[in-house]
This record gives sequence, C-alpha cells and structure tokens, in this order.
Amino acid sequence: MALDTTETRHARLEAILDAHAGREGPLLPILHDVQAAFGCVPAETIPRIADRLNLTRAEVHGVVSFYHDFRDEPAGRVVVKICRAEACKAVGSDALAAAAEARCGVAMGGTAPGGAVTLEPVYCLGLCACGPAAMVDGEILGRMDAARLDAALTERGA
Amino acid sequence: MKVWLPRDAAAKALGAEAVAAALEAEAARRGVALELVRTGSRGMVWLEPLAEVEIDGARHAVGPMTAADVPALFDGAAAHPKALGPVEALDWMRAQTRLTFARCGVIDPLSLSDYAAHGGLAGLRRALGMAPAEIVAEVTESGLRGRGGAGFPTGLKWKTVLEAEAPQKYIVCNADEGDSGTFADRMLMEGDPFTLIEGMAIAGLGVGATRGYVYLRSEYPDAIEVMEAAVRLAREAGLLGESVLGSGRAFDMEIRAGAGAYVCGEETSLLNSLEGKRGIVRAKPPLPAIEGLFGRPTVVNNVLSLATVPVIFEKGAAFYADFGLGRSRGTIPLQIAGNVARGGLFETAFGMPLGRIVEEIAGGTASGRPVKAVQVGGPLGAYMVPAQFDTPFGYEEVDGAGGLVGHAGLTVFDDGADMLEMARFAMEFCAVESCGKCTPCRIGAVRGVETLERVRAGDAAAVGLLEDLCETMSAGSLCALGGFAPFPVTSALKHFPEEFGAAREAAE
Ligand SMILES: Cc1cc2nc3c(=O)[nH]c(=O)nc-3n(C[C@H](O)[C@H](O)[C@H](O)COP(=O)(O)O)c2cc1C
Ligand code: FES
Repeated sequence: MALDTTETRHARLEAILDAHAGREGPLLPILHDVQAAFGCVPAETIPRIADRLNLTRAEVHGVVSFYHDFRDEPAGRVVVKICRAEACKAVGSDALAAAAEARCGVAMGGTAPGGAVTLEPVYCLGLCACGPAAMVDGEILGRMDAARLDAALTERGA
Repeated sequence: MKVWLPRDAAAKALGAEAVAAALEAEAARRGVALELVRTGSRGMVWLEPLAEVEIDGARHAVGPMTAADVPALFDGAAAHPKALGPVEALDWMRAQTRLTFARCGVIDPLSLSDYAAHGGLAGLRRALGMAPAEIVAEVTESGLRGRGGAGFPTGLKWKTVLEAEAPQKYIVCNADEGDSGTFADRMLMEGDPFTLIEGMAIAGLGVGATRGYVYLRSEYPDAIEVMEAAVRLAREAGLLGESVLGSGRAFDMEIRAGAGAYVCGEETSLLNSLEGKRGIVRAKPPLPAIEGLFGRPTVVNNVLSLATVPVIFEKGAAFYADFGLGRSRGTIPLQIAGNVARGGLFETAFGMPLGRIVEEIAGGTASGRPVKAVQVGGPLGAYMVPAQFDTPFGYEEVDGAGGLVGHAGLTVFDDGADMLEMARFAMEFCAVESCGKCTPCRIGAVRGVETLERVRAGDAAAVGLLEDLCETMSAGSLCALGGFAPFPVTSALKHFPEEFGAAREAAE
C-alpha cells in the first residue's frame, strides 16, 4: 500500500478496464473490481471509466450513486453489517442494532470517528431462520447478540 | 471415517467452519483417516451445523455440532449425545417431497460425478432429444409457475420467447432473492448449483437462447463463489459451451453480482442493472420476453423455477403436475423463518394449510409464546393471523385470503411483535429501496413513514390518511414494490387496529 502512487493507481484501473473489455454490460463488474482494489469508487476514476465505456461522466456517476454497495469514500477498518429486515426483527435485531451503535460509537450508516468501524444496515443476508444475522468484515454470523458482536469486534481490534 | 458437513452459509454462520477445523484436528490427533465432504444444507437450520456420519450404509445425523462435540463423534456417532438417528428418518425429512431440493445436502455441490450419480443431467439428456417446441410444451404441461413471486406460467413465458425472432436471445436467472424470510435460492445455489445450470441449459435449448446470466445479489458471497466454480467446472466438462454435452447446440452462461438494491429483483430493473445502468424499473409492455436484455427476447426466471426444470424433464411433466392443489402444481420449497422453533427449508406439495406449516412443521415460536402473525411472501406480503391458519398454501388460496405466496417465505412473529413498528418498517423499506421512477412509490413511502410516526405519537386521525395513501400507492405505482408495500401495512391495520390507536379513538 505504501507504493500506492498515482501511477500505480492509474495502472490498476487500466488493468481492470482491460480485463472487462469486450464484455456485455461491463459497468457493474468494473465498479465491483474498482471498489475491491481501492476500497471505494474514487471520484477520479469516473472520467476514465466513462471514457472507456463510451458513457458520460454523469451516467457513470448515476450508476455509482444508485447502488447501496458502492462507496465514494473508503469504509472504516472493520465493516459491520446488521440485518434490519423482518425475520431478524422478529428475533430481536432492533436491540442488536442499538447495542451495535452504542458499542461502535456511531449511528447506523456511519463510520466511527477515527475510522475504526463502519456500521451499516443490510436488508436480509438469507440467514432468516437463524437471526439476528450480521456480517463482520465479510464473515457471516447467525443468532447474534451484543456479547458476540463485542467479541467479534474485539477480535479484530475494533 | 466419512463425515458430511454443510458449507451452506447458514451452517457457517452457526459455526460450521470451527467444527470442520476440529474434525481435521481430531482426526490427525487420533491418526484416523478422515474423509470430510462439505455439502449443502438439508434445510434443518435449527440443527446446524449438522454433521452426518455413515453407519451401516445409512447417513446418521448428529447436531447441532460445536467444536467441543467433535471428539465424541470419533468414539462412535450412534452413541453421541447429540445423535439424531438416520437423517432420512427424521420427521422433518420424511414429511417432505423433495423434488427441487432432492440433492441439496446430499451431494458434494461441486462434484459433477456426484451430481450425475444422483439423477443429474438425465433431464438435459432427454431435452437434447426433443425439438424446442416439445421442450416448451413439457414445461407447460408440468404446470410450473414462476417461483419469484408472480406465479406466472413458466411454459407460457418460454413460448413467447421461442416464437420471437431475433439473432440473439437470453436466459436470465433472477437470483436477487431480496425478500426477508427467504433463502431457498441461496441454499440451492450453494448446495446444488449444477441443477440451476442444467435448468438454464434446458431453457436455452427450449427457446433458442445461447447465452445466460445469473444475476446474483452481492449479499450472498458464498453462493457467488460456488456458482462461479460450478460454471467453470461445467464448461470444462462440456456441459456448457459451443456444444452442450456434444450435441452441437450451444449454451454458455456467467454469474453477475448485484450491488445491493432490492428493486433489482424486479425483472426490468434487473435487466437495466445487467446492462450496466441504474436499476430503474421499465414500463411494460414491451415484455422482457419480447424486448429484454439489450432489447433482445429474454426469459427471466427465478432460481427455483429454473432449478425445477431438470426434475420435470427427468421424471416427466405428468409426474410433477401430479403434486399440488388447484392451479398450483408440483411442490413449493417453503422457507420458515423468524421467531420459530424449527426454522429452515421444507419442500412440500402445494396445499398444506398455513397453520400446519407454522404449528406442526415449524413447532410454533422459538420463544415458546403464542404466534401473533406470519408474514407470508416477503416484505411485500401481508401479515396473516392464526384465524387464517386453515388457508391452504396455494397461489389462488393465499390470494383469496388477502395474502401473497410470493417466494414462499413465512416469517413468524410471537405476541411481543409491535405491528405498528412492522408497518412503519414496511414503508421505510420501500422508501429506502424505491428506484424513484414513479411518484406514488417514491413519495408515498416517505409519507407513509411520516404518517405512521404520527399514529405512534397518538394522532389516531392519521389512520384515515394512511389508508388513502396505501390506496394511492397500490393503484398508481409502476411495479409491485410501491404497489404491494401497502399489503403488510393494511393487513397489520386490519388485524390489529388497537395497535394503531383505532381502539383508543373508539373509546374516546
Ligand atoms: C420489487 C420487486 C422485487 C422482486 N424481487 C425478486 C427476486 O428477488 N427474485 C425473483 O425471482 N423475482 C423477484 N421479483 C419478481 C420478478 O419481477 C419476476 O416476476 C420474476 O423474476 C420472474 O421469474 P419467475 O416467473 O420464474 O418467477 C421481484 C418483483 C418486484 C416488483
Ligand atoms: S431477514 Fe435477516 S437474514 Fe433474512
């Protein structure tokens, strides 16, 4: 990461764009790859993506902003997603969400000061028979409660 | 020793990886040769992680497992404190008719030889000997209706695409599964991915489409991984490609990840998203069957619709159509979720009364308290109450009771549920997920949240406003997001008026 100069960032973007050249409807796969590489879809990548796909900047920006997944700034070091949908609400996810906000020191949808944790709502992880469900840095967790969430965060130094 | 252990996301979320690691460690410690097969889930989520061990040729279930339960497994599975007996003899398994999910939890999801040994590819081989119109007729005769929510006859949709003339046609699998309370698509893709691939290939042969896409939500990283691996294996084995199983007929497909938008489960929004656009709903007509992906004739079908096609071709349309009730033919994989004692996937012929599913199969609530309401059909489905429990589970029957089969999720709530909050959430969800194209949905949902907050604050007069608003949304929205979001609201209001202050108003 120390070598993440403007040139290497540029080269990584070009490599992603090259990898998707010739595909049908490549914009979403490109944006996923860009976000995986840079932690978000940086504003400076949009003109180049637009250029390569023959789209306007406004079109690309419109797509980035439509989807919940794409960020314009990197998330915190640990990303916590708490399911807020019905089946998890039926088994107490409202209380879990409140506990998560207290533990992380940030409201749902925000990043804690200092950037340790980003807390996000998610609407169903397909774990509806073992809720409340959560995802911590990509790890899926069922039957979550405040204590287990605390342990998962502590384990990750957050 | 041979052990089967699910790699299904629900099993993982409940600790399957720690159990797998403990199995390997214990085997090494004892110097025992361990053959660990990672499978899909049998659907008994309350027993996950559920290990299976072979005893005298039968697979015996032991669970729910923790790492601490592993050593005893090596001392003899039959005597294990968590031994449950042969899997197939468990009540939950015996009471089912597993057609779509026959292999899920049984085989190694990424073994094509396992797949073929359990009936896989028989349907495709049969379809390869049939003319396109015969393939479509077979699906029509099976009575299969779309499992994505609308229940539209699958054969009819295929026929429209078959008859459309175009240089390129597409099969698009809708694997967006955004409904809370549903997870059958996920389980199928993680546990038996070749079934979906086979179903899509048969669809391609039937309508003359050579390319397919699976639009798979990004919230399902495990399913994406398994499906991508399965497509690669299928291509290597010649199941996909220029010449499907050496037939000279082409079909290939790829997996595309969604990006966290519920509305992209709506088929026209999904097509826009696949094309790389904002997931805005398109006006219909034109139907996707005529002008779909990139303006070409496109079959858009749910995962379960497509994954049911192989068994229809393997066993015949009549075999499948023999199950069911009224115009709901075949089986339906029910997903039982929320506050339930036994949650999971239960596949059965259409027609089982709602109450039997909730009370008998699922064993009532997990909390042990009385069932208050069951939301059937996801976030756009109505809340149904115990007084409606004699409703048979079929499209017309549930509709007749004011409900929605949808993707067949049942979310159970106990008597502690706050129905006003659930109604508010339905509106909030619609507001968050609206694509913004039509006003009744975009603005109506926001007003709905506000109005319900007024009701919460004691303004009982706001209830009338809420009813008008629901009517406007139902009548004026472009798609079923805004059109059906009022269902949970009005049903909660109808069954629990006292929670909306109506009782208070009457008393005053
Ligand atoms: C807001 C909204 C969300 C939907 N989400 C899904 C979904 O996640 N999966 C799905 O298969 N169908 C979903 N549908 C239904 C699809 O529009 C479409 O009817 C279905 O994919 C057709 O396939 P089928 O005939 O096999 O059911 C949704 C519809 C709406 C209005
Ligand atoms: S509702 Fe929370 S995982 Fe499905």
